[in-house]
Amino acid sequence: MIGDLLLQGVQMALVLLLAPLLTGFVRKVKAHMLRRRGPPLLQPYRDIRRLLAKEAIVADSASWVFRAAPYVVFAATWVAAALVPSYATGLVFSWSGDLIAITALLGLARFAQTLAGLDVGTSFGGIGTSRELLFAALAEPAMIMITFTVALVAGSTQLSAIAATMLTYTVGLRVSLALALIALIIVALAENARIPVDNPATHLELTMVHEAMVLEYSGRHLAMVDLAASVKLLLYASLLACLFTPLGLAPADSGIAAYGLGIGTYVVKLAGAGAMLGVFEISIAKMRVFRVPNFLGIALMLGFLGALLLFVSRSL
Amino acid sequence: MSALVFIAWSIAALTGIALLAAVAGRDIRASAPVYGACLAVSAAACIAALAALPAGPVALHLPLGLPGIGTDLRLDALSAAFLVIVDLGAAAASLYAIGYGAHEPAPGRVLPFYPAFLAAMNLVVIAGDAYSFLFGWEAMSLASWALVMAHHREEANARAGYIYLVMASFGTLALLLGFGLLAQGAGGFDFAAIAAAHPTAGTASVVLLLVLIGAGSKAGLAPLHVWLPLAHPAAPSHVSALMSGVMTKVAIYGFIRIAFDLLGPALWWWSMPVLVAGALTAALGVLHALMERDLKRLLAYSTIENIGIIFLALGLALAFRANAMPAAAALALTAALFHAFNHMLFKSVLFFGAGAVLGATGERDIERLGGLIHRMPVSSACFLLASVAIAALPPLNGFASEWLAFQAIFVSPALPQWGLKLLVPAAGTLLALAAALVAACFVRAFGILYLGRPRTAAAEGAHETDRFSLAAMIILSALCVAAGLFPGVVIDALAPAVRLLTGGAMPVQGRSAWHTITPMAGASGSYNGLMIGLFVALVTFGSAALIHALAGRRTRRSRPWDCGYPNPAATAQYTAASLSQPIRRVFAAIVLRSREVVDMPAPGTLRAASVTKTIHDPAWDAIFAPLTAAVGRVAGRLNQFQFLTIGQYLGLIFALLVLLLIVVGVMP
Repeated sequence: MIGDLLLQGVQMALVLLLAPLLTGFVRKVKAHMLRRRGPPLLQPYRDIRRLLAKEAIVADSASWVFRAAPYVVFAATWVAAALVPSYATGLVFSWSGDLIAITALLGLARFAQTLAGLDVGTSFGGIGTSRELLFAALAEPAMIMITFTVALVAGSTQLSAIAATMLTYTVGLRVSLALALIALIIVALAENARIPVDNPATHLELTMVHEAMVLEYSGRHLAMVDLAASVKLLLYASLLACLFTPLGLAPADSGIAAYGLGIGTYVVKLAGAGAMLGVFEISIAKMRVFRVPNFLGIALMLGFLGALLLFVSRSL
Repeated sequence: MSALVFIAWSIAALTGIALLAAVAGRDIRASAPVYGACLAVSAAACIAALAALPAGPVALHLPLGLPGIGTDLRLDALSAAFLVIVDLGAAAASLYAIGYGAHEPAPGRVLPFYPAFLAAMNLVVIAGDAYSFLFGWEAMSLASWALVMAHHREEANARAGYIYLVMASFGTLALLLGFGLLAQGAGGFDFAAIAAAHPTAGTASVVLLLVLIGAGSKAGLAPLHVWLPLAHPAAPSHVSALMSGVMTKVAIYGFIRIAFDLLGPALWWWSMPVLVAGALTAALGVLHALMERDLKRLLAYSTIENIGIIFLALGLALAFRANAMPAAAALALTAALFHAFNHMLFKSVLFFGAGAVLGATGERDIERLGGLIHRMPVSSACFLLASVAIAALPPLNGFASEWLAFQAIFVSPALPQWGLKLLVPAAGTLLALAAALVAACFVRAFGILYLGRPRTAAAEGAHETDRFSLAAMIILSALCVAAGLFPGVVIDALAPAVRLLTGGAMPVQGRSAWHTITPMAGASGSYNGLMIGLFVALVTFGSAALIHALAGRRTRRSRPWDCGYPNPAATAQYTAASLSQPIRRVFAAIVLRSREVVDMPAPGTLRAASVTKTIHDPAWDAIFAPLTAAVGRVAGRLNQFQFLTIGQYLGLIFALLVLLLIVVGVMP
């Protein structure tokens, strides 16, 4: 029992500690591609520490929702990330929520974040919230359809069980899974406010979705919001890794060596995902806001097609 | 005394209160005693129903009503489950009304009908024959119509009442025809006789469609939903809560009683119209809610959306039952019943919150409010909680029931029919889309209403509502949390009703460790509301405490930043219309034919610029507008008969006489 809790604790600590590193790594890759030196890898940690030490400035018109939201966003995102298998399957709390619950936890984080965007009553908070709600209205159903697809292949909505099924290689190549992979990448880009949907590096009015929503935050509140954003990026990277490259995941009740190998491969997979994201981001342009629904609509359609194929192919 | 006798007595007591209120109701001082008595009776009935949940069916024959027929009452697990929903909602609304009803301008138009409305809803749920069922159904419609017309001097209310009356009569007509067909085969109106005599497949199919129309129109199923967003908001807020939270559930009870119990074995295609109507209702309802600026109408549209979810789950249950998959049918039916219970809880809180806002500001238009969280701290917190619950977010109850619905869809590839294989994934997509849009809808509702800065003087001068209203809101919000953290308790409580109708049951949840819920044996997934809730709460408070302890909690208040150019005018904030503009442009442009016309005067002209938005309800455009136009045309033609000469009238009567004689002569 103690050992089980320890393994779960390692998972929770791992996702929290690696998250800023992944963000820093993506920035570094992008800078290198642009022939810049870029900020140090550990810069996100320093940013968080510095922000925590600063005083928080809160607008006069803000209510308790504004002050509570960063902690709720962080908590919901972190709990969701802890439910995604990173280095091992079958962890002790993995049964407490499936992929639908993970999607809904991210929805809870978004609910708090968008309310906070409206709380101060500024126009930038409103514009960010408005666009975020539109994107979510398409990304969330796409995510549910992806869940259906992978769950029907694996016979379970439980992420740990899905990863274990994928690990055994009996699945083979499936058209549905390929559709789900593309859809999940699109959803991941949109949910993490990356190019081509949003640009995390600017404060330009035209690109502002996530950044506009959190514009009023400062100090420790901003630190929590930034940390939550990093954890969310890591969550989607882990999700893609455990669903489509489960290689190296330690099965339940393995030895210390398997767990060590699991952590090692996990870090390699994250680095791969981060490098691909960096390269992708600098080789593509940002979209107009009203193009994004088409982009996300593709994800929804692909998810629907993947699920439909599986519904139909059951009887063939 | 058995629970059924107790419920029968409480119906009698409510009728008595209604009669007393008819005598003394014009005096506002009668308000608190009337509502207090309703609260006592409903709470007692709710406890009796809870106790009756696991008990077997009980029947009772009363020599009341039509001579020789009397009244049959019946209480089984399904009735008991819906009695809990009805009486819990009624008790909460009565508690709320002790405070809220004190400001009623016309108590004589509300007090007599309120207890009668409660009595009628109780009667429908325990009716044991078609006569008493239809009697209760009509009494429920009429009492609620009277309550809708309480403030009849407002023109919109009079129109709402008229449309409601027409639609209610239409729905009852469909039910009447359905019961007529059923009784023909059974040789009686007794439910036991009807259930024992299985109708032929053809008759049963016609009855199913009639019930879908009859019960669906009362519940707000598209395309028969058009009256609901007009009528529910027109009534006083505690009655709105009852109509949305409870009366729609009585309609769902009617559908389940007939479709699952009285009709006997199901045909697989019955599930298709139910699934289609449910999925379309869910999507249409939430899109309308997202466009709405009247708070109570927004909530009414959201009711339509939830009814869609419930019917979608019921359609799945019908499909599974027809294919002899009792475990899956039990899962889908549990999802429907659980969601019906949940919707009663959170929709009541939301309407109570709307009533509190209405009482404090006199406004229902969210565009003219804002910043109320500072002036109404407790009711806003309850509204927020209910919003999170209705948006199906963990760890609250709305997520638990939607999770069950998604799990039921996840089992459905095992259905053999091709029609269902193609339909269910599409319905699932619409359900997922609706779930995401609901979250957007309630971010918009709560954000514009309670957050930001007040947009009018009325919003600035708001005050917290009275303590009875707050108590009702707090109790129901607490139940939302409890049902979210311990969904297994509710699922186990619903198990007898589910077993009665599907022959199967979900795994007993009470035995699982840590209150994890599993949808079926051979677990395909699991969810633990308690664990998720505990973790999120722990991390939220833990991280806040840790940061405050280690990094300090220095906070400075200042003007908003807003990129350096904050505009102090309250009108510079985002409005509800602008917040949902992207969604309107992407979704509603097609579904609701929403259009925006921007009128921008040329430079130099002094005319004000304006934006005109229009929205069309597809159901209204495709069905009701042509129908009313046709009725109008026919009536216009017939109008000519009023202005004939006496000779023409005599000629007409003679022609009719000849025609009738020919008919009599030709007929054998």
